[in-house]
This record gives sequence, C-alpha cells and structure tokens, in this order.
Amino acid sequence: MATTTETLTLNMGPQHPSTHGVLRLVLELEGEVVRKCTPVMGYLHTGIEKEMESRTYHQNVTLVDRIEYLANYNEEMAFHQSVERLFGLEPPPRARYIRILMCEMNRIASHLMYLGAGAMDLNVSSVFLYCLQDREKFLDLSEMISGQRMMPGYFRVGGLAEDLPDGFVAASRAWLDEMARRIDEYDRLLTDNLIWRERLEGVALLSPEDAIALGGTGPVLRGSGIAHDIRKVLPYGGYEEFDFDVPVERGCDAFARYRVRMEEMRQARRIALQALDRLPDGPVIVNDRKVALPPRAELARSMEAVIHQFKLVSEGMHPPAGETYVATESPRGEKGYFVVSDGSNRPVRVHARAPSFYNLQTLPAMVEGRPLADVVVAVASIDIVLGDVDR
Amino acid sequence: MVDETSILDRLRPHVPWDRLAARVERGGAVVEAPADVLLAVLRAARNRLGLDTCADITAWDRLPREPRFEVVYMLGRAGTGDRLMVKALAAGEPPRLPSATAVYRGAGFPEREVYDMFGVVFDGHPDLRRILMPDDWEGHPLRRDFSLFEEPVEFIGHTPKVPSEIIPYFPPGSPSGSGGETPPR
Amino acid sequence: MGVIRSEQDLERNVLTTTLERLVAWGRGNSVWPAQFGLACCAIEMMCAAGSRFDISRFGSELFRASPRQSDLMIVAGRVSQKMAPVLRHIYDQMLDPKWVISMGDCASTGGLYNNYAVVQGVDKIVPVDVYVAGCPPRPEALLHGLQLLQRKIQTRTTGAAARAT
Repeated sequence: MATTTETLTLNMGPQHPSTHGVLRLVLELEGEVVRKCTPVMGYLHTGIEKEMESRTYHQNVTLVDRIEYLANYNEEMAFHQSVERLFGLEPPPRARYIRILMCEMNRIASHLMYLGAGAMDLNVSSVFLYCLQDREKFLDLSEMISGQRMMPGYFRVGGLAEDLPDGFVAASRAWLDEMARRIDEYDRLLTDNLIWRERLEGVALLSPEDAIALGGTGPVLRGSGIAHDIRKVLPYGGYEEFDFDVPVERGCDAFARYRVRMEEMRQARRIALQALDRLPDGPVIVNDRKVALPPRAELARSMEAVIHQFKLVSEGMHPPAGETYVATESPRGEKGYFVVSDGSNRPVRVHARAPSFYNLQTLPAMVEGRPLADVVVAVASIDIVLGDVDR
Repeated sequence: MVDETSILDRLRPHVPWDRLAARVERGGAVVEAPADVLLAVLRAARNRLGLDTCADITAWDRLPREPRFEVVYMLGRAGTGDRLMVKALAAGEPPRLPSATAVYRGAGFPEREVYDMFGVVFDGHPDLRRILMPDDWEGHPLRRDFSLFEEPVEFIGHTPKVPSEIIPYFPPGSPSGSGGETPPR
Repeated sequence: MGVIRSEQDLERNVLTTTLERLVAWGRGNSVWPAQFGLACCAIEMMCAAGSRFDISRFGSELFRASPRQSDLMIVAGRVSQKMAPVLRHIYDQMLDPKWVISMGDCASTGGLYNNYAVVQGVDKIVPVDVYVAGCPPRPEALLHGLQLLQRKIQTRTTGAAARAT
C-alpha cells in the first residue's frame, strides 16, 4: 500500500471546546504529527487600549478589569502601579496589604480555573467541578468587597475604594484554611495519578532558551527551570515585606507547569495569611485631594471638599506628563501597563503587556513535531486568557 | 531595587553613545536611539549586557509632533531585575524601522501587533501580517486620527451623547471650569 | 399496574395533549447549549454549569462541542468584528429549531465597548430570543434567562415557527 506524505492543514478553533475561548490554531499535520502551528488571534479584539485613551483614569479601572478576566485584582494592581508611579504616589500601608491579600487570593482562584479547565480538557471533569466549587467561595469574598463576583473595580489611584467590610478577615481566613486542605487533596488526586502523569509528563516541552527568547513568563518560564518572578526580582506594591518562595520546576513540560501552579497556590496562601496576620490599621487611600475623593463626612462641612469632589468626579485627575511602565506578576506572568500621560485628564496611550500574548508565542515551540493530541495539553498548560491576548 | 544607572554605564562602551539620549525616568533606564543605530543598541543590550528577553514592544502616536510614532522596546534579563527601555522614532509614511526579530526572536508577535495597530513597517520581519484585526481591515486603529467609531447612547430625558463626551477632555494645565475641547487628533 | 375500571380512573391516570404541545414540553426541558464561550461571560456560564448553580436542574447541562448537536447558542461575551462572521457561521450550522440567548451587556448592546472593534449587539447578526443583562450577569441571571426561554419554547412563542407566523 502506498503511503502519502502530503500534509493536511487542520483548522482548530475559533470555536473549539479546548481553546479556552476563541483562539484559532492552523495546524499542518503529517499524519498525527504537527509540523507547523500558526496561532491566529484577534477574535476577541475589543479595542480596550483605544477605548482607554478616551476615558479618564478613574473610568479606566472598569476597562482594565475586563482584560484578564480571571485575575481582576492583579490586573487592577498592575494598572494602578503604573498610574501611581506617574503621580509618584505610594498608597498607605493598609491599602498595600489589602491589595496584596486580594491579589494573592485571586491568584489561587485563577490557578483553580487553570486546574479545572485544564483537567476538563483531559476529560477529568470531576476536578473541574471541585475547582469551580472552591472558586465560588473566592467569588463570594469578592462580592463582599465590591458587590460584583468578577469585576470588582476595587482599587483606586492611591489606595482602595473602601475599607474591608465587616467579617471579611474572618471569612477570608476561613477560605484560606479550607484551601490548604483542598490543595493537598488535588495534589493527592492528580499528582500521583497514573493517567494524569502520562498525559502531562514529557508533553509540551519548552526549553529554557526558547522560553526566554520567545518572551514566556510566569509559570511557563518557571516550569522551564528559570527562577523569574517579578515579585522577587523587581518588587512592587510592598511585596518586599513578605516572605515567600518562588517555585521552580526543571521538567520543562506540562507537568512541570502544573507543579509550579500547585506550589504557587500554596505560596499565595502563605502571602495572603501574612497579609491577614499583619494587616495594619489606618486609612485605605491617600489624603491627596487631587487624586482621592474626600471622605463622605467632610462633604457636609467643607466647601473645599465639595469643590474637590466635583472636580474629581466631573473632570478626573491630571497625572504629570511622562510615561511609565511597571512590571507586575499576574497569575499568567509579567503584566505591566505602559502609560503615557500628557498632563490632561485622559491617558495618551495605555498599553497592557499581556502575558498570555507572549506565552502563546511559545506554543508552536511546544507542539511542533509532536502528536496532535498534545496540542490540547499544551494550550491548557500555558493557561491563556483570550481577553488578555487580544485586548 | 536594581541600580538602573549602572545598566546605562555598562551599555555606554558598546554603542555609539553620542548618538543616543539616555536618562533615568521614574526609576527606569531609558535610551532613545535613532533608527539607524537601533539594532546596534539592541544587539549590544543582548550580547554585552545579557538582556536576553524582549519583554514587550509597543508604540505610541505622538501626534501632532513629527516623526509621529515612537516604538518602545522593553528588554529584560530572565532571573534578574535588569531592565532597559529602548525607544526609537519611526519616520515616513508608512513609518519604517528595522525589525528586531534578528536579535530577539520574541519580537515576532509584538512587531506584528505594532504594525497592525499603528502601521509601522518593520523591515526584515519574516511574517509581517495583521495579528488582531481582520486581514481585510482598513486603517490602523491605535493611530490618534483613527476614529473610535462611537455610537451615541440615549438616556431617557437627555440628549444622546457618545460615551467619551460624558466626562469631557481637559487639556494639560487647563484652568478650572474650562474643558470640553476636542482631544488632539 | 391497575385495571382501569371507570371513566374516573381514566381521567386520573392518562394525560391527553396534542403532539405539538408534547414536543414543545420536551424541547423546552432539554435545551442543549453549544459550548461556545467568548469572553468574561463564558466564565460565568461555566459557573452556571458548576455544582453551586447547577444548570442541569433545568435540563441544559449538556454543553455540546459541535454546533450540530446543540439547540441553544449562548453568546457569552463581546462579539468582535473579526468574530462576527464566525459566529454567524456557527449559528447557520446549528439545526432547527434553534434559539439564541444573548448573555451580558456586550453581546446585547456592545456594553462598555462602544468602538470600532465590537459589534454593537449580536442581534445585528443572529436573531436573539432572550437578552440577559449584567456585566457579567450572575449565573442566576443566566438561569432566569434560560427559564424565560423555556417558557417561550413551551408556549411556542419563539423559534422559527413563531417567526414564520
């Protein structure tokens, strides 16, 4: 029987159950083996960066939430780091601690989504249900703070919109305590599971050189043996006051990325508990009337406060002219906002450095020369958020 | 915190320093390079300073100034906090710059994005196509003179407005009570 | 099994209906959505399938990966200009009778994104039966939307049949 050596072009997506959104991959197959993989994106391009140029800084908080929609607090953190550096502001200690608390809890929730969705791609749908159940409890906490499950809009330039609600500290401690057991349970369920290991080990290999050269960050880089975590190498927002380890795995495969994320959940829990233990008292937003709204009680007494309130609400803040980029560590890797201000009430340019965009660039290196079935594992292991890729 | 001035000092011997403008802005080392020495600067950063990753490439539209587009390269070194921001102005229509893909493989996607959004052509890029917008799209959305294409939104009892008019534009240093001017396009 | 002895027993144990009503009842209680997530709302759609909200109580837990096996398209998220033709294509691949829920503000009206990239309402591309408001809508809101759709299906006020009249 004659065999053909023709390549077959297979179109995967934009509607595909395991592309985590609307990613399209054009695969050239030789039999079962992927010879070339071309990611095609933009199916979720929303024009957020353009939209932000016609909004004030305060209005833009709403938009940044919706870029990386699984890690809203980390996203707000990144944006505010940049804007605050433009102003040269430092939020008060309590605000910094609450921000870190929320970011780290959000990191756990985001990794839970990775685990659940990644497991479902491998047809382990019970893990998906368990993970969603745990994530729901984080969403409840988020709802206590902001009234919204997913898009909190909680951070403000110079601090936070409000202090923590009553009972929040106890509730988040209860969730974190529960998560310690749950993470161990996932570990027992999956790490030594033969099927799970055979499906992940040695699959979606990415050499450290490729990971660095192609701009991979976050668990993708750390799964390839590079200890690079922005929270350690370029601390921002008060992370230098916290004690935590950066998990690194040398496996370079999907299993290594899974191990990194599992350990990151434990470390995130550790940071969150430290933030809860040492939560300082005091204001949650700077006392600068050009940036932060005056407290409600002051409005009844002071005409000046009313004027400031009016100016801030109807016009917004004016950062000094200049540009800035601050890198932060989101659950997916380096997230940073490049903000250009000309001194008006609107940014001239806001660019989000999207970790998923660069991690997606490493995908062809992971799957080329490997069987088609591994593509699904590779996509799951880089944990892309298409809102982040396409913006 | 990493001492950013030291990065500039380390870069100095390897590049035509008198043609560059270097400064430290808000804790970050910034080098402005003319288009013809851009690749030399990137190569020196990679080979001499060990900045092995191109963390990001982006651009912004400086309208009405000429040349209009400033392309920003953010370089870093994996495992350390070394950072360097290299900037270059792209002149002409279409604006052109040499592609950084020969130095940094990771520049492939972001240069396509800058091309798609601003129309900056990177000479020597292996696959310069649109990346986010549809292939048959006309125009480059992030240029300042590209309209946002807003539709007016009607609230009962109010004249319809486009969302960006709700809080008007206030130019830099505008006195209280002014505002509502059209942003520069 | 008992023996039917009288007219009264018959009334108590047998339901009579028209075939059309029976089909509508069945359809309404087994609406299979297409597994088709776009953006943030897709995460809430997944939460609705999770154990807390449990969309399977309403017979819709079977998210089908193929549009040809599904009855309902939940447009969960912003529809970009690039996605619009794909979305229409998927809708055309679905078999009749089919329904569309527009989930979230972006899918319904363009939402926050009043700009060049986003289609200002998915109803410009496909006919929508139920709009669910929210940014993103809570899973409860989606379930309410689903129940509304079920009521519409069962009273035969939606779908191709209703549009034809």
